[in-house]
Amino acid sequence: MPAPIRLRELIRTIRTARTQAEEREMIQKECAAIRSSFREEDNTYRCRNVAKLLYMHMLGYPAHFGQLECLKLIASQKFTDKRIGYLGAMLLLDERQDVHLLMTNCIKNDLNHSTQYVQGLALCTLGCMGSSEMCRDLAGEVEKLLKTSNSYLRKKAALCAVHVIRKVPELMEMFLPATKNLLSEKNHGVLHTSVVLLTEMCERSPDMLAHFRKLVPQLVRILKNLIMSGYSPEHDVSGISDPFLQVRILRLLRILGKGDDDSSEAMNDILAQVATNTETSKNVGNAILYETVLTIMDIKSESGLRVLAINILGRFLLNNDKNIRYVALTSLLKTVQTDHNAVQRHRSTIVDCLKDLDVSIKRRAMELSFALVNGNNIRGMMKELLYFLDSCDPEFKADCASGVFLAAEKYAPSKRWHIDTIMRVLTTAGSYVRDDSVPNLIQLITNSVEMHAYTVQRLYKALLDDISQQPLVQVASWCIGEYGDLLVSGQCEEEEPIQVTEDEVLDVLEGLLVSNLSTPVTRGYALTAIMKLSTRFTSVNRIKKVVSIYGSSIDVELQQRAVEYNALFKKYDHMRPALLERMPIMEKTASNGPTEIVQTNGETEPSVVEAKHPPPVTQPTNQANDLLDLLGGNDVVPVIQNTVSTKPASAGGELLDLLGDLSLSGGTSPAPAPSVPTSQPSFFLDGLTSQPLFNDIAAAGIPPMTAYNKNGLKIDFTFERANPNPNIAVITIHASNSTEADMTDFVFQAAVPKTFQLQLLSPSSNVVPALNQGTVTQVIRVLNPQKQQLRMRIKLTYTHKGSAVQDLAEVNNFPPQSWQ
Amino acid sequence: MRFLLLFSRQGKLRLQKWFTSMSDREKKKIIRDMTTMVLARQARSCNFLQWKDLKIIYKRYASLYFCLAVESQENELLALEIIHRYVELLDKYFGNVCELDIIFNFEKAYFILDEFLMGGEIQETSKQIVNRSIEASDMLQEVRFTGTHANTNALSKTQSVTCTCGVST
Repeated sequence: MPAPIRLRELIRTIRTARTQAEEREMIQKECAAIRSSFREEDNTYRCRNVAKLLYMHMLGYPAHFGQLECLKLIASQKFTDKRIGYLGAMLLLDERQDVHLLMTNCIKNDLNHSTQYVQGLALCTLGCMGSSEMCRDLAGEVEKLLKTSNSYLRKKAALCAVHVIRKVPELMEMFLPATKNLLSEKNHGVLHTSVVLLTEMCERSPDMLAHFRKLVPQLVRILKNLIMSGYSPEHDVSGISDPFLQVRILRLLRILGKGDDDSSEAMNDILAQVATNTETSKNVGNAILYETVLTIMDIKSESGLRVLAINILGRFLLNNDKNIRYVALTSLLKTVQTDHNAVQRHRSTIVDCLKDLDVSIKRRAMELSFALVNGNNIRGMMKELLYFLDSCDPEFKADCASGVFLAAEKYAPSKRWHIDTIMRVLTTAGSYVRDDSVPNLIQLITNSVEMHAYTVQRLYKALLDDISQQPLVQVASWCIGEYGDLLVSGQCEEEEPIQVTEDEVLDVLEGLLVSNLSTPVTRGYALTAIMKLSTRFTSVNRIKKVVSIYGSSIDVELQQRAVEYNALFKKYDHMRPALLERMPIMEKTASNGPTEIVQTNGETEPSVVEAKHPPPVTQPTNQANDLLDLLGGNDVVPVIQNTVSTKPASAGGELLDLLGDLSLSGGTSPAPAPSVPTSQPSFFLDGLTSQPLFNDIAAAGIPPMTAYNKNGLKIDFTFERANPNPNIAVITIHASNSTEADMTDFVFQAAVPKTFQLQLLSPSSNVVPALNQGTVTQVIRVLNPQKQQLRMRIKLTYTHKGSAVQDLAEVNNFPPQSWQ
Repeated sequence: MRFLLLFSRQGKLRLQKWFTSMSDREKKKIIRDMTTMVLARQARSCNFLQWKDLKIIYKRYASLYFCLAVESQENELLALEIIHRYVELLDKYFGNVCELDIIFNFEKAYFILDEFLMGGEIQETSKQIVNRSIEASDMLQEVRFTGTHANTNALSKTQSVTCTCGVST
């Protein structure tokens, strides 16, 4: 068998291949040769073969069959073999292959080898790819080497220890004794790696951190020597002595000084010295300054020093070198929260960076600009940012648009400015705004009542120009649907009112429906808008026609909407005005937008909240708005009002909460017990006396009951069966007040178990007059398809004699006829 | 540091050093991503990129791109110096280093790297010491190594770095 070809020869040959296929062929041939050579257990050429394999691995070809060969090379006595073997181990093996554990013994032997370069190889390999098991086995050897006086080995052992700690943090304690005199070394290699080791330990353990704080004076001294000492050829980089070590020490000082006054004070002087004395003409000096600034900002430095740091960053911003500008922007972003005013001083420079050609710099400048926006500079900043939005790359537009919306929301000086800004964003970057911005904007527009006419007019004009940007089109069609009457009436205070007829508006909306540019969602918006205009415009026939056409649309969503709207025209025309009424003002929720429809237990219909009723004093408005349906009208009162805002859960949560321990199996003892006897069987018999039960159960033959009677407030329930659905019980509550003072702001709420559905209609009033002079009535409809025993928990709130009263009660004494 | 990659202007990989454990598939994906991202950069852009949670520092020397990934708390400007130091070491060793040197002597490039960095950290800040270690290791390769103490004593005395000869077993 001829000797395998040399590595360089192979590389030369492979490079002559002109196509990928040719290369693959050569590689396969060579791999086959190598494989047979491995099979023959050829010691002489193993090293050469593995080296060739490593080259082919770098080209992207599989080389796993060489793994064991690497191990054999490591075990060899020849240094050349070991060198290639360890390199192969680092490239081909890692902790995922079980075979790597076979290395452990070899490494252990080599760690104790007589030649330091062999020891070095072993340390290096362990420190690069040692697995947790290997680290556990060999940590003792590493610790021994950490104490050697051989600086070549000591520095490697230190970094190996860092790796061991990263893999097996519990072993950190073991290295503590060896760190005692690490910093008194003169050798820079050892010093540097020692600082790395100390940094790793301090970052992982607060105890270690506290322990090593005492090293601060020593570190300060070392740093001082580095700065003050003259030229040292061995460590000089562009006139600075060992910048790598300087930066590393500064980083350790940062960790040690953070949150600790004494340490921070001890380093103040040296930090000021480094900040002022470091040569800034080359990158290396700026690297040190950068690290110094980071350290100053993180520790408890005195204010003079902080100002110095920010000024350094300000100078960086004006530097010609792009890298330095980038780094300055990044650092300012980190400090803008804590030193806001200082950073504000550099605002104009930062805004100029928005116009930089470099993409990375532009991004940082954008982020920083948003962080600097406040109530005072909003107008100026927004002008710059909107200009940036116009001209920036698409990758920025989404983030910039969101940022503009957020900033506008927080600091808008006037409603009109806010709406103008939003319009500007929608028209320039309309396709890039995030999905949730459409509902947010709609909410904003709804709430700016006095701007409705102006807003709809501007949106209409924007639609005439361009219907391709979907978010803009969606918001515009929603607004036209809501405020179309203002549009055609030509009232607009803010700007010149435009003259537009109903037909023109309908033309635009119908245009959206047929246009190829509109997405299905947009078409849905447009159809709904047209429908809403049926109560605001006079040309109803045209709308009816459009709606009926779409009743046979291929798009299922559109079809369903059109069919339902058609039904609205035909059967439920009397309900149409109420359903399509103007939307009430939505309160801003902390978490959810107004379109979230919460599906709750026991309520399958999206519960619609009438925010104006009852009066806001007793109504926690936050969660109520989660249930707002875009289409809903205002005549259905919520089934359940959410409890006081201590619970930020959805309405479903409130329902369950009110129900609490309401179980369907047995009765738990409710708090305020109703005064009526609860035993069912006896009631059956009693029914004979109260109502003509046997005559007509289908009719209103169900006896009334007192659900609640306490503190002068008495609530009676009377029953009816709803036709045509016998599963629905209609309960009318009668609330009366026997005390001398009126009960005002009276609110009645009810909750039922999961298997029921409840609908609460409007009460007759919310004042229960005193001395039984009148009653408040309210109708409850209960759907009970499973014919389960009806139970209810009620909550009453009212104001009596100036103080608010709240009470919960369980109602278990429903007559069986009400649910059977 | 997380990884160091060297690749040519055509995207061919010349050296890969991974400082954390990763699967082969992940490595291949990262190599693809890095080469695409870096080669797409314009000529006079800044040398820093943000990629996932890492900072990527890259610099072109002649026909080779050096690409270093560091964690967010590390100093990017210093990373540029680290890359430059490595190039200087290669240059001293090969004498006016060019891409071909690295292609044909890739194992030497790794050996030099392993004397400069270890486990993602700098192990030696002096150029001379790194160079001397490499030269001494190279000389060791020439000797018919039998593992006796006498031989190795002679060899190690050729360094001007004072050291005792390791720990005896």
